Amino acid sequence: MSEHGSEGRDLLRLTTAGSVDDGKSTLIGRILADAGALTEDQLSALAAQAVRDGQEQIDLARITDGLTAEREQGITIDVAYRYFATPRRSFILADVPGHEQYTRNMVTGASKATAALLLVDARAGMTAQTRRHTCIAALLGISDVVFAINKMDLVDWSEEAFVRLKGEIESFTERLRFGSRRFVPLSAKRGDNVVRGSEHMDWHEGPPLLTVLEGIPASVTAADGPFRMAVQIANRPQGASTHDFRGYMGRIAQGRLTVGDRVVIAPGGRESTVTEILTPQGPAIAAMAGQSVTVSLADDIDAGRGFMLADATSPPSEAREVTAALCWLDPAPQDSRAPYLMRIGTREVAARVALPESHLDIHTLARGPGGQPLRANDIGEARIRLQDDIAYDAYAACRATGAFVIIDSRTNATVAAGMIEHRV
Amino acid sequence: MTTSDILSASGPAPGHLDLLESEGIYILREAAAQFERPALLFSGGKDSAVVLHLAVKAFRPGRMPFTLLHVDTGHNYPEVIAYRDEAAAAAGARLVVRSVEDSIRQGRVVLRDPNESRNAHQSITLLDAIEEFRFDACIGGARRDEEKARAKERVFSFRDAFGGWDPRRQRPELWDLYCGRIAPGENMRVFPISDWTEADVWRYIAREEIALPSLYFAHQREVVERGNRLIPAHPLVPLRANEMPVLRSVRFRTVGDITCTCPVPSTARTAADILIETLAAETSERGATRLDDAVSEAAMERRKLAGYF
Ligand SMILES: Nc1nc2c(ncn2[C@@H]2O[C@H](COP(=O)(O)OP(=O)(O)O)[C@@H](O)[C@H]2O)c(=O)[nH]1
Repeated sequence: MSEHGSEGRDLLRLTTAGSVDDGKSTLIGRILADAGALTEDQLSALAAQAVRDGQEQIDLARITDGLTAEREQGITIDVAYRYFATPRRSFILADVPGHEQYTRNMVTGASKATAALLLVDARAGMTAQTRRHTCIAALLGISDVVFAINKMDLVDWSEEAFVRLKGEIESFTERLRFGSRRFVPLSAKRGDNVVRGSEHMDWHEGPPLLTVLEGIPASVTAADGPFRMAVQIANRPQGASTHDFRGYMGRIAQGRLTVGDRVVIAPGGRESTVTEILTPQGPAIAAMAGQSVTVSLADDIDAGRGFMLADATSPPSEAREVTAALCWLDPAPQDSRAPYLMRIGTREVAARVALPESHLDIHTLARGPGGQPLRANDIGEARIRLQDDIAYDAYAACRATGAFVIIDSRTNATVAAGMIEHRV
Repeated sequence: MTTSDILSASGPAPGHLDLLESEGIYILREAAAQFERPALLFSGGKDSAVVLHLAVKAFRPGRMPFTLLHVDTGHNYPEVIAYRDEAAAAAGARLVVRSVEDSIRQGRVVLRDPNESRNAHQSITLLDAIEEFRFDACIGGARRDEEKARAKERVFSFRDAFGGWDPRRQRPELWDLYCGRIAPGENMRVFPISDWTEADVWRYIAREEIALPSLYFAHQREVVERGNRLIPAHPLVPLRANEMPVLRSVRFRTVGDITCTCPVPSTARTAADILIETLAAETSERGATRLDDAVSEAAMERRKLAGYF
């Protein structure tokens, strides 16, 4: 264990979705149990529960049961995070309930993920819900999707059923912008093709689900795209030895930064040259996406929190008015005259959110004309006017600099999630 | 620039532990930027030691801007208190200690049994300290993998003016946008290592060589076996009839209130040894060591509703 077991291990952030009763809780419980993420304590508590319920087997779906209030009501109402690991990879899984509020929850779960695990009941085939979940994953810019075709035991492990369903989903997802689509026939309840293989489905050549998840590109890979970093804090420590040190603190959202690079401070367009980079491991000549750094520049520029450091040869856009895809999160509907704030990167700017120009009905996936205020779980496209300039990229080009939330300045509630220049 | 700087510059993409570290630093910087008087809750336990280590790294070469706050139950092992003071001094941080003992003396806390666990009473002392120092954010080392009720906890977790956690007032957290706007009297709890697992914490302690209280490592201690637990022989934990203490090689997995924290058998002398034991562990951290959590599956959630994390 020279590197304490973490040598070469990377990270994948996943989100899940499925309709009620597709078997998502069972599948997650199965993964946690079979991947060794459960402890003896947890297993014996589940066993005791099974005894109390007069069951012969542990109910895998109970493993992820959360708050007491929910247990009493028998529902799950919010995104929960689960953790498991293999020797090669750590997984952070956003467990999104398939009930009401699922749009808001799925948008939340997908916003942090680069891959999605979508549950499909082999008996039900591709339902309206499958289409919805797939569209939301695509809208949020998820790159890799894995369709877990569950309950194969209930269709006699039929290859034909699997191939038909796979074909339907493939043709539906053709026009969506996924980097990869993968399909695994499995039985969450019996464990076939989840962590281990399946003796019932020898016709399936691919590996079990966990191995498939290990093969997806990691969430932060070597830094593609032009450098972007929101400034969290500009510090000038007091003290004799560091009196002329000014550092811009932030985490690199995209790309790579090297000492000597020309950077632009946006909005505003002033340029300078990187003279020093401090990473958590100490001074370095370069750093890349995912790393928190402190950057020093050749010129003393007064640019604090709310500004972006970016590649000067490939700068972000700047504007005082943008169009964006919005998902409404708050129980209170949109009010086009309300004093909202846009929070993008580390910048907060007063904003007016116009009534949507178009509206996506998430139940039928039909595009409507808009004009009505957005309500909780609605998705629409709207223009947003801002009090001050912002620096941004189109969401499709860079998630971190194209994503924002809308805050109601009267209640401080986060009322909407937005993606700039993103088509619904 | 040294050879190792150059090596680190041309190295591979950051691994999972590097990403968790950078995320923790990002969250701590958000807390420093968005709040006027943030406190870092520092108990001397391993999770708060990791958070303090991240905080020191986050602001280099500048000073760590957080006041350390310890809510002392009065039921701590002296090793933990000594460690707390040393670690605070090493970080160059201001340390504020407020004790449950004082809250009892002032009649703010009323015990039913003088020896009862004081974990549940910490919330009153904490809320009083928040009011006294007007802390607008309290940074803690809680993790989502610790307990079922925490799996949905936010990184920025909103508390109302009574310190209460209302599920309906928790804010959706999307992308890396953490929204810290609050009204006067309201408070935010901030959890920079939310996404870390128990194994990640030990990996990081081993990699960064973070000092911990000696209780975390194997030592000889008098204990009694009660059910499948080891109970430390200590004046605060009355022995039952027929219980005879024996000397065993043990370590503590958490270093909370003496009355409800049990050691486990171990020969681990370093964080790397503990990591090996942890990866093979058969008992979850709280289950094995926190007697008062075993009382009810829902104990944690109830305490959370009352303002104890
Ligand atoms: N036969 C069979 N039943 C399953 C399978 N997976 C889940 N189930 C059952 O389907 C029901 C719903 O599962 P659950 O995991 O609670 O679904 P969720 O609502 O998607 O979380 C439960 O009765 C499960 O036991 C499977 O692979 N085969």
